[in-house]
Amino acid sequence: MLDDLDLTEYEPVYTRPESFTDTIMRYCPGCTHGLAHRLVAEVLDELGVRERTVCIASVGCSVYTYEYFNCDCVQAAHGRAPAVATGVKRVRPDSVVFTYQGDGDLASIGLAEVVHAAARAENITVIFVNNAVFGMTQGQMAPTTLPGQVTTTTPRGRSREEGGYTLRVCELLSQVEGVAYLARRVLTSPGRVRAAKNALRLAFEAQLEGAGFSLVELLSACPTWWHMTWREAFDWIDQTMTRYFPPGEFVNWRGCGQAKE
Amino acid sequence: MEDRSGATRKLMSGNEACAEGAIAGGCRFFFGYPITPQNAIPEYMAEHLPEVGGVYVQAESEVAATYMMLGAAAAGTIPMTSSSSPGISLMQEGLSYMLGCELPCVVVNMVRGGPGLGNIAPSQSDYWLATRGAGHGDGRCLTFAPYSVQELHDWSAEAFQVAARYRLPVMILGDAVLAQMMEPVRLRPRGEAMSLDREWAVGGGLKGRERRIVNSLWVVPEVMEQVNLRMKARFDQAEAEMVRFEEVGDEEPEMLVVAYGSMARVAETAIGWAADEGIRARLLRPISLVPFPYAAIRVWAERVRLVLVLELSLGQMVEDVRLAVEGRCPVEFYGRAGGPLITPEDTLSVILSMAGVRRML
Ligand SMILES: Cc1ncc(C[n+]2csc(CCOP(=O)(O)OP(=O)(O)O)c2C)c(N)n1
Ligand code: SF4
Repeated sequence: MLDDLDLTEYEPVYTRPESFTDTIMRYCPGCTHGLAHRLVAEVLDELGVRERTVCIASVGCSVYTYEYFNCDCVQAAHGRAPAVATGVKRVRPDSVVFTYQGDGDLASIGLAEVVHAAARAENITVIFVNNAVFGMTQGQMAPTTLPGQVTTTTPRGRSREEGGYTLRVCELLSQVEGVAYLARRVLTSPGRVRAAKNALRLAFEAQLEGAGFSLVELLSACPTWWHMTWREAFDWIDQTMTRYFPPGEFVNWRGCGQAKE
Repeated sequence: MEDRSGATRKLMSGNEACAEGAIAGGCRFFFGYPITPQNAIPEYMAEHLPEVGGVYVQAESEVAATYMMLGAAAAGTIPMTSSSSPGISLMQEGLSYMLGCELPCVVVNMVRGGPGLGNIAPSQSDYWLATRGAGHGDGRCLTFAPYSVQELHDWSAEAFQVAARYRLPVMILGDAVLAQMMEPVRLRPRGEAMSLDREWAVGGGLKGRERRIVNSLWVVPEVMEQVNLRMKARFDQAEAEMVRFEEVGDEEPEMLVVAYGSMARVAETAIGWAADEGIRARLLRPISLVPFPYAAIRVWAERVRLVLVLELSLGQMVEDVRLAVEGRCPVEFYGRAGGPLITPEDTLSVILSMAGVRRML
């Protein structure tokens, strides 16, 4: 039926960003990795920087990021994307360099790399997708797992004795000089998605202005390993996750910390 | 100071000569992390790379330094790092990823006593790490072992061409003695920066070309196998072209001594003394450890009564020598581990006793 439709009669109002390849993504239904990708792609299009962008893919469910973004890409080892980004950016300062990392990748094995890239004020942008679990390896505890949250490696719920406390990356990085832009956003409603996109744009603008390190944390749904429907997952983000990870702008080189959500 | 040919000669430590050699060879991007006994290399780079428009970054760890190299190499340059044994252990993962991504780089290892934190004394106990290492997977570094400050300077410069030609990590294997001793060096002139223009490199804008992906994830086994075979083909080419060794001593030897690096320096003196005692010994000094001079050693194994391997370890290279000799004659070993040097006097007495034992047989 769709084949019979004469598309020339219609004006496209929603198209694939040029910064996206025409590839089927491998994410689960209800996962917000795909939405996060799309927002980044739209921002790259709008800033007109696709041709000089280098994406650093990490290890996690988003490992195939390099297949989705229509720009040069480098695949990094687990946790090392900010170091790889540093290498690319130092050799090619004209490139727009961003990493795309999960919370296991960034906050566990790669915590040193992201903190030090921030401290060196590397002109790179980090997209940090926090879903409070290790998605790819099937739902184990991440540093970002909430107190009491049940995962495959905290079967009795995370506690001080079993797994210890939760790490808040934005709060940690807000102490680091060298950070030009730092924000946490959610993707659970159209308004919040717009706010998230705005934060992503600011993060890339910080890089384009040479202001320093920028990072946007996106609270993301993992319905599969949270054992929830997408609706329940979105509610859990809004009602539980945001209590522990309040959305907001932590650092803004154009004027610090205004515009809390 | 200039010598008769007009080249600049300077008294330098091995570390400094190595760093200056790299700049001469076209190095412009160095990622380092301090560890004794190689600190003078990152310090020299921090001081002098800006003179040629280069960049020095002090990484937060050897792990990060290696991945900074990966990014820099993906962007088209031949990057460099240097470290010593414990740091080289940490670099293994990144070297494996660089092999998987088919990226070249230069790594210097000024070996110290181990295992563990060990000490800062000279050792050759990283032979296995340097020749079999490079982390998980089926790849290896090309490894070269200079034995003088001049050779460190020269190999450090050459390493960039070698890495670029074979698209493989190149390791320069020194030790705490080579790193810190001072000798006059005929300096190479500082060459141009290496070109970033490689048909697989990212960055620099798409400008009419397809986007590029630098990657080591290949989930289809047959595709991953092709990456391995490509790497092997380049490795085989290096094996055919890059075997380097030197020989000194008796032309009709009864004993072949095999040693590399600092140990070869000591052995050279000792076989001279042995000649005065009437022992006909010849030193074969591998300079390329990967590729190893198997063929050259095999030729001598047909003609001598004994091959003696000397190492500042409890016996690592000796395994390669045995592979070369393949039972054609006995292979004996003497070594010390953990940092003590073997003096020329010790070496002479080892040579004499080995020769005596063999003669009695
Ligand atoms: C050195 C190393 N250790 C462990 C792994 C296995 N591993 C793959 S993905 C992953 C966790 C990913 O979690 P996260 O970063 O939160 O991303 P998500 O999958 O949730 O998007 C782990 C531990 C690996 N690939 N490399
Ligand atoms: S496992 Fe979780 S994070 Fe991974 S694709 Fe599925 S929903 Fe997304």
